[in-house]
Amino acid sequence: MRIAIALLAGAIFGLGLTISDMVNPARVLAFLDVAGGAWDPTLAFVMGGAILPMAVAWRLTHTGTPFLATKFPGPASRVIDARLVGGAALFGLGWGLVGLCPGPALAVLSLDGWPAWLFAAAMLGGMMLANLLNRRGS
Amino acid sequence: MIFNLTDVLMGLAGGLLIGAAAALLLLANGKIAGISGIVSRTVRQASNDRPETIAFIAGLIGAPALYGLLVAPPDISITQNPALIVAGGIIVGLGTVLGNGCTSGHGVCGVSRLSMRSIIAVCVFMAVAVLTTVFLRPVVGG
Repeated sequence: MRIAIALLAGAIFGLGLTISDMVNPARVLAFLDVAGGAWDPTLAFVMGGAILPMAVAWRLTHTGTPFLATKFPGPASRVIDARLVGGAALFGLGWGLVGLCPGPALAVLSLDGWPAWLFAAAMLGGMMLANLLNRRGS
Repeated sequence: MIFNLTDVLMGLAGGLLIGAAAALLLLANGKIAGISGIVSRTVRQASNDRPETIAFIAGLIGAPALYGLLVAPPDISITQNPALIVAGGIIVGLGTVLGNGCTSGHGVCGVSRLSMRSIIAVCVFMAVAVLTTVFLRPVVGG
């Protein structure tokens, strides 16, 4: 049942990325390019729209347990360190270069040719490298 | 600035779907819908929820494919420069795992619980992405 819910959540997530056009790197870059004269605010509405249901959901986690699991995630970590800031800065660099972040990078796979697959493969490589670095570091 | 009402409303509707999907995963399975976390856990050796993360990824890839077949494939415009694509992909993978989250994990799931860590991460990656798009992208020829 949890696997079916995960599949459904992934599908709804992918549908949201598709109808909002966040699968299209040109749309994302048009938001990030604040100096280009053709600034496109769509991404801000996507983020705002996504935060609303999640803010409600977090409130509901204050009592009880998940329907299909034993516990909700613990409180958010409060550690602000170089790894967080450096990682976020690296991510921003890659995102600004191509216009793809991890969700759209996977959602776009069936909609584009080799560039999307090459990006996803490189991203997986980067993640495995970071997993390796994290394992060594801890 | 371009303000196209249809684009903005579709963005809002898509965003609500993304948030609803993340809420479903949280309230039913007790999991955070951060895509970089889900993908990196799937390729990690010691993963204890791999069937769930693989199912989520299958839905994430499959639903847009179905949409493309049944409704209309959206126009996708992406750089054709292979070096830029490889560099961007590696940096995104590395950065999201080291920084523990991306647009969905920090941006949607973290900001919505007012996590200071996530708010700082979002400010940093947004600022760097804007600077990169404005100043660096024209130079490297995206």
